Parts: sequence; structure tokens; C-alpha cells
Amino acid sequence: MSANGPYQGAIDCDIHPRVPTPQTLARYMDDHWRDTVEVRGIEAWDSISYPPNAPLTSRPDWRKADADAEPAKLTEATLDRFGFAHALCNSLFAVQFFRDENLAAAFARALNDWLAAEWLDKDPRLRGSVVLPIQSVERSVDEIERRAADRRFVQVLLLAMGEQPLGKSMYWPIYAAAERHGFTVGIHAGSSYHHALTSSGWPSYYLEDYAAQALGFQAQLASLICEGVFVKYPKLKVVLIESGVTWLPPSLWRLSKFWRGVRLEVPWLDRSPEQFARDHIRLTIQPFDAPPSPAQIGRIMDQLQSDEMLLFATDFPHWQFADDAMLPAGLSPALTRKILIDNPLAAYPRLGRP
Amino acid sequence: MPRHVVAKAAEIPPGSRKLVQVAGRDIVIFNISGELFALSDKCPHKGGSLSRGKLSGAVTASQPGQYHYSRPGEIIRCPWHAWEFDVRTGRSWCDPQRMRLMNYAVSVEPGAKLVEGPFTAETFAVSVEDAYVVIETK
Ligand code: FES
Repeated sequence: MSANGPYQGAIDCDIHPRVPTPQTLARYMDDHWRDTVEVRGIEAWDSISYPPNAPLTSRPDWRKADADAEPAKLTEATLDRFGFAHALCNSLFAVQFFRDENLAAAFARALNDWLAAEWLDKDPRLRGSVVLPIQSVERSVDEIERRAADRRFVQVLLLAMGEQPLGKSMYWPIYAAAERHGFTVGIHAGSSYHHALTSSGWPSYYLEDYAAQALGFQAQLASLICEGVFVKYPKLKVVLIESGVTWLPPSLWRLSKFWRGVRLEVPWLDRSPEQFARDHIRLTIQPFDAPPSPAQIGRIMDQLQSDEMLLFATDFPHWQFADDAMLPAGLSPALTRKILIDNPLAAYPRLGRP
Repeated sequence: MPRHVVAKAAEIPPGSRKLVQVAGRDIVIFNISGELFALSDKCPHKGGSLSRGKLSGAVTASQPGQYHYSRPGEIIRCPWHAWEFDVRTGRSWCDPQRMRLMNYAVSVEPGAKLVEGPFTAETFAVSVEDAYVVIETK
């Protein structure tokens, strides 16, 4: 594969620099918080979403090459190799786990500073997401405002499972700030683990955790649409990152079917939930919970009823695909081009304005 | 255009409705403040009988959290899955382009005029003193 291959100019909408340690982030904190990290003994803060040694967390060849450890190695493994135009860095340090919103805000700020200094400054093709300390809406808005001038940050980042459904009006100041500055709102698979992962309680196995993420996304999608976030903030785009994609059509069928009967609850929806999703929701394409044959993939594309919703992503270094098969089989060349380039540019207004 | 006499006008006062059978079809007639509307009784979704549905107003909103209630009594909700239909047009609220009830021209005619014909009054003896509801089937 070379810089003239099929991925030339693509925009990779989801890559993960290796999660920094608390000590690394402490270097980006003020004296009080640096001391706090030491005094409280915050030595490790690993998420069970992607445990560092789990096979899924890093593809074997990339693990061997230490490819997510620093920008030069990452760009060699992906951007240079395939000719990507940009890659969007989503930091997975688990800021969302903290119960103390002040501590969360200190870590979020340090994490975003770290990303800018140690990644974005090192390669002009890299772009970043602003991780929000969602424990506090006010502090999340502060973080958006603080980052707005740095155009390399193109998205604000939330998790699929948190304290409250994300459409609730308590979160609207975040969407107002995001819309004001042209940020896209990214919702990444993952949980604050402040609530059970399923509405029936805690599952036993990692397998169940991973599969339940799709339910988390469904709930957020329904909440954002039904509460009227896209009526209130019509320019907002929301990207569901690492959602698996193929759960979407049946979920929208269900939502739209019941909307017809209970529309009175949410009269601000002047279109069907399906239409709101097509207008405002985008999804990264790795991982793609694929049916067995390419012909069935074609049917799923038809069911989406839109060629604008899917965004290219590798989910580097997570092990979501083998070799260089980064897209599901059976996509037309025209759709492939949209997924690789046009759709990401449309989903991230800040990408076009360096 | 066959015209059918289906009821005495006095049987459908304002705010009421009546289900009638005309040429093998079930048609529901609504009286909204003195105006008559005749619609197919069969919901285009799964066939619920709209004459058994609840009438309500039109609820709209320009912003989340607002509820604007207008046109009381002009929206019929199917008794089966509560889809809303505009009694004035027969159109489904949620899918007005593709989903609508057949609507029929309906009028009130004096009996004196009806006895001259042409009309079909299978079940009616029309008297010159009364007024009648007349439906046109296409
Ligand atoms: S049958 Fe009328 S709404 Fe389903």
C-alpha cells in the first residue's frame, strides 16, 4: 500500500494515542493538582473499557511496533502508509470515572493540553477531540471555551454511558457552546461505570460489556432526538464513535414507529426520528458489526437511506480489522469516496478551517 | 357520482360522529361545529375503526418543552395505535404525503330536494320536511 492507494486523502475519524498515565498528565497540571495526584496516590487510572493487555486494545503488529506510543510511530503505521490526510485523536483516559468534578476538570484540562503538546504539535495532519469533564456542565463549557481558539480541536468528546441521558436539558449549555464554535459532538463507546451497564444491572463478562455498548448508543440517540436537541441546535452534528453501526436501522424503525402513536409527547419533532438521525447523526465505520456476506452489507446501506452518515475510521490501534481491510466489503466506489473524504469533511466543520 | 342519503341531519349534531355503510364501505361522518366531514373509517395502518377513536386538538411546538394546543376536536386518533389524522383533510399527521384516509364530499340537503333525485337511499324513506346527510362516492 502506498500513498497513491485506495485510502489516499482519507480522513481517519477515530484513532487513539496510548492512554497516558496520571503521572504524565500531572506534568500538565498546576501545583495543587500535581500534588494531589501524588498525595492521593493516583498511580493508575485504567479503564476496563479497553484494558491495556486485552487483545482488542491493540492489534498485534501495532502492539509489537509500539505504534500508539508516539506520533512518529503512529504516523508511520497509518497516515504515511495509507496516505491519510488527517487523523482525529480521541483520548480515552477515563476522566469520566472521577466522582470529584474538580479533579475531573483538572484531568480533562491536562489531558487536552497533553494531546495538543505531545501529539497535535508533532504532526500537522493530526486533529483532536476535547475531552469534557461531563461531571460538571459548567466546567465542560469552560473547557470548550478554553479550546475553541485552537482549530486543531474539531470535536468535543463524551461517552456512550454516563450519569444521565445526554439529551436532557441540563446538558444543553454544552451543545450551545459546541454549536457556537463549530465543534462536532462525538460520543465514544464507553461508560463512566457510575451506573450498571445494562438496565437490568451489572453483567458478568467483558463480552457482555462490549455488546451492551450498542444499547448505550441507542439510548443516547433516542434521548438526543426526543428531547429536541436538534430542534434547539439545528447546526449540531453528533458522531457515534465505535458504535458498531448496524444496530441503527432497526432502532430507528422502532423509534419512528412509536413516535407516530405518541407524538403528542414531543410535538417539537417536526420530522420523524429517522429523518432527524439522517440529518444530524453520523457514525464511524470501525468497528462494523457486519452480516456474513457483502450482499447483506448492501442491504444495510439501503436501510440507512443515506450515503452521508458513515465516516471512515480505523479505530487505531484497537484490533477491529485484519490486514488492510478497513472498510466493509461490497461498497461502491462512489460511496467509498464519500465515507473516506466527503462525509468527514461535512461532519467536522472545523476540519476545513485550519 | 352516486349520491347516497345516509342519515338524518339531526342524527349528527355538532361534536358527534356517525359510522355509516355506503356501497359496501364503512364511512365515518364527523360534525365539527356544524361542518361535516366524511372519511373512510378504516385506518390505513392496520385497519382500526376511526369512528371509535378519540378526538383531540392539534399539538405543535416551535421549541422543545412548549406545547401549543389548537383546533380542538379536529384530530382523530386511531383507537389501535393512536396515529393521528386530520379530520379536515384525512391526512396522517406524521406522514401526510403517503398516509391518508379517503375523504368524501358530504352535504346536508333538504328532503324536498332529494325526493326529486337522482340519489340512492337504500335504507331511507325520505320525507320532505327533514334535512338529510348526503355522501358522494367516487
Ligand atoms: S390501526 Fe390505526 S394506528 Fe394502527
